Amino acid sequence: MTAILIPALAIGAVGLVLGALLALAAKVFHVEVDERIEKITGCLSGANCGGCGYAGCSAYAGAIVNDGAPIDRCSAGGQAAVNAIAEIMGVEATAVEPVRAVVMCSGTHENAPDSYDYYGISDCLAASKLQGGGHKECSYGCLGYGKCVDACSEGGISIVDGVASIDGRFCIGCGSCRLVCPKNIIDLVPKKNKIYVKCKSCDKGPAMKNKCSVGCIGCKLCEKACPAGAITVTNFLASIDYSKCTQCGLCVDKCPRGIIINEDAAPAAEAVEAPAAV
Amino acid sequence: MIGKLIAISLTAIFVQNFVLVKFLGICPFLGVSKKVDTALGMGMAVTFVMTLASMMTYFCQNYILVPLHIEYMQTIAFIVIIAALVQFVEMFLQKNIPSLYSALGIYLPLITTNCAVLGVALLNIQQNPPYGLLESMVNGFSSGLGFLLAIVLFAGVRERLEFSDIPKSFQGFPIALVSASLLALAFMGFSGMNF
Repeated sequence: MTAILIPALAIGAVGLVLGALLALAAKVFHVEVDERIEKITGCLSGANCGGCGYAGCSAYAGAIVNDGAPIDRCSAGGQAAVNAIAEIMGVEATAVEPVRAVVMCSGTHENAPDSYDYYGISDCLAASKLQGGGHKECSYGCLGYGKCVDACSEGGISIVDGVASIDGRFCIGCGSCRLVCPKNIIDLVPKKNKIYVKCKSCDKGPAMKNKCSVGCIGCKLCEKACPAGAITVTNFLASIDYSKCTQCGLCVDKCPRGIIINEDAAPAAEAVEAPAAV
Repeated sequence: MIGKLIAISLTAIFVQNFVLVKFLGICPFLGVSKKVDTALGMGMAVTFVMTLASMMTYFCQNYILVPLHIEYMQTIAFIVIIAALVQFVEMFLQKNIPSLYSALGIYLPLITTNCAVLGVALLNIQQNPPYGLLESMVNGFSSGLGFLLAIVLFAGVRERLEFSDIPKSFQGFPIALVSASLLALAFMGFSGMNF
């Protein structure tokens, strides 16, 4: 009898003591979890894309509750998420401008010639460290090894003809692709803005002509043509202030290189009327 | 004495490396070795738990099991102690180092049933003569360091693998297992060394 009793009692006693110690530790090391954090996590997109600048959805929710982070950072969740969070936190909802990412390069195989053949690691970062910032003549252009393709949680990016192309229908505007691009050629453009300069080259006109058949040469024709004053040319590159742009499309017609793109290709008649609204 | 302790620790880290020579603790070795940072955290957690477990199990063995002549219960008793210890470490991390807590994730509870931790406790008392308190703790600590060394080396290898052009059928775990075996082969070079 004692042969069973002694080990059972001894091990039982060890377990009991450890259990009591753990119960004590649970009290000492108790962590308060705010129930709002869980609620807010539920409102967010759940994509864990990191577009808000935090490690993930729950980390962002924690930052909102604990550190008073702004509530409009979740571009994937959009206005719905902001409204829901505002209700939970008891603050006023702010309007969010939905954005989507656009690759600002038109240097396809046909438009932008290569200066050498690259047979190294199939990775944008590795390729960009080489002579001339990559194998293309244009040192600003997309290298097309798909760093952004891997970064996209939505599977909305593909490499078309040597240049990354983002399908606006899938884009949730998180900007993960933007962070990994070694050439910094991905921009977040408000969804309502359909006109943008699809080039990031700061090369001077004559130099640019040898490197890419469509790249921006900084001729300033668009700057002069824009009735809203939304376009400025700096460092031989036109850039559009999306908050001022009225989508009139005059710059699209004026551009001698065809590098200012209008996604909708809106009819010219509408475009002329639009500036009056400004 | 000092010489013996140094011999124990060198043996535990290199000659009898827990992961690469004894093949204990393979689960976290493969699971948490994708990034050097988390591998480092996991290695330190295991080192910490192993040292404490060596100490606790020494007391348990010599003040409970041996006097009562129930040494055959050591596996169960040690598992209970290690489980409680890991639970305690988890609570401590959640409260004081939340970033490490979330980085370790599911693998911290897995240390509970980690054969490396139980292994070091059992091996301490199976030595002839059994290790004393200090020797047990040095052995536990150095075995943990050996684990840390192995997992960090392996994480470095795996980070580099990310950039390699690997045939499709070998991507992911297959190439990780192949490189783990090569690393183990390298550690075979230490075998037979005596201090």
